[in-house]
Amino acid sequence: MKPGPGTYRVGGKVYASQLGLLAPRPPLLQVVPLSGRYLPRAGDTVVGTVTDVQSTFWLLDIGAPRWAPLHMTGVPWKVDVGETEQYLRVGDAVVVRVENLDPTGRIGVSMQGEGLGKLEGGTIVRISPARVPRLVGRGGSMIETIVRHTSAEVAIGQNGRVWIGGSAEAIRRVADVLRMIEENGPRPGLTDRVERFLVASTPTGPAAEGVPVRGVLHDEAPPPGGAPDEEVGADSTGAPEDD
Amino acid sequence: MGNIGAKEVPTLLDAEGRRIDGRRLDELRPIQIRAGPLRQADGSAFVEWGANKVMAAVYGPREVHPRHLQQNTKAVIQCRYNMAAFSVDERKRPGIDRRSQEISKVIAEALDSVVFAEEFPRTSIDVYIEVLQANAGTRCAGLVAASVALADAGIPMADLLPAVAVGKVGGAIALDLKKEEDNFGEADLPMALVPQSGRLVLLQMEGHMTEPELAQALDLGVGGCRVIYEKMKAALRERYSVAPAAEEAAA
Repeated sequence: MKPGPGTYRVGGKVYASQLGLLAPRPPLLQVVPLSGRYLPRAGDTVVGTVTDVQSTFWLLDIGAPRWAPLHMTGVPWKVDVGETEQYLRVGDAVVVRVENLDPTGRIGVSMQGEGLGKLEGGTIVRISPARVPRLVGRGGSMIETIVRHTSAEVAIGQNGRVWIGGSAEAIRRVADVLRMIEENGPRPGLTDRVERFLVASTPTGPAAEGVPVRGVLHDEAPPPGGAPDEEVGADSTGAPEDD
Repeated sequence: MGNIGAKEVPTLLDAEGRRIDGRRLDELRPIQIRAGPLRQADGSAFVEWGANKVMAAVYGPREVHPRHLQQNTKAVIQCRYNMAAFSVDERKRPGIDRRSQEISKVIAEALDSVVFAEEFPRTSIDVYIEVLQANAGTRCAGLVAASVALADAGIPMADLLPAVAVGKVGGAIALDLKKEEDNFGEADLPMALVPQSGRLVLLQMEGHMTEPELAQALDLGVGGCRVIYEKMKAALRERYSVAPAAEEAAA
């Protein structure tokens, strides 16, 4: 067989170049990595944070090997040159889509499309990108279960960054579930376990009713001149210290 | 280091061919390797090797800092080997010195020879090696830790890099010197092996040995590297194994 992703060939023999699971896909021999940074693919929806602002674009940390430029023409607002900082600032959290990749590793992203935009409030939790399919579940079953039991708002990035909005209590519970998924990823029956965990930990009594949802996905432009967002408890500046 | 300044040279080799700690000439000190002890790093490893304790953390591939080191065709591998102030008997003056600069350089170059750096142009792979307790052979322990940490970080590379020092003590070639043997022995020869190809990617020597002794030392060291190689692979397997029913994993 021929060397595929995660392998290399020397002297007629194929060796693994990465730590992972052997997954032959004839005629290719390939290794599916078990660890490593997020490697972007075109079409991925990812959660990122702004790391730098230039006059015509922002740079986003999406957990990839390099920062991804978000051009001012790729956002849902009409931005003039030099006005970028009025819309997104360093530390702001966003949902974007990977549009294109070039061989030098440059990652083009866009914020135009459904479900994309700036994230207000809430918090970001990191999980391994390899665990993302587990978090979504078959046909979205896992994430649907989580949202139903916590009334939190969740945006999942293919890059393993998960934004959680809602009450502090809801955020905490979703974060607990994420840790559970991170630790038990390869085990079967996880959705059931998560559901049992959520049911068992459901807060009871009137205090638990009608939790206000604080995180909102913004599609409209914020008022130029720096949106006076009402600051909410949890911060959205990304990079939370895990416990 | 020869016998410079040595006041009382201990007996490094007794009549039965036993060394100062009771080992035979071809025996390694006990080694324990743990992959992935650090949460924040992309990859990490902790190595306890005799009385050495070494932690390695790998970050990247990520943006290059400082910018001017960026290369357009490949990732740069930046390595910092550092000894803690408390890692030796007398307090070590903290910070970078000539010795640690040299070790950082030779380790970075050894790693560069196996890592597939062309897969990540314009990025940096940062390797941090912290020696918490030192007892001779820390560059080898550091390289072993760094290499396991790189694998743990999912970095593509040709092979792991086992490393060991061979030396000459009491007139005989011995594997894996400990502190007293390094200080009072006649020679020290650290080396790192690419097991897949049999290439040596790190080889330094201090002291003197004859040509036949050098050949013997290389053989002994390569054999030691192969033993360490198995321990490195075992550490990675343990880190990524799941108890029962691991099937559904990748799906």
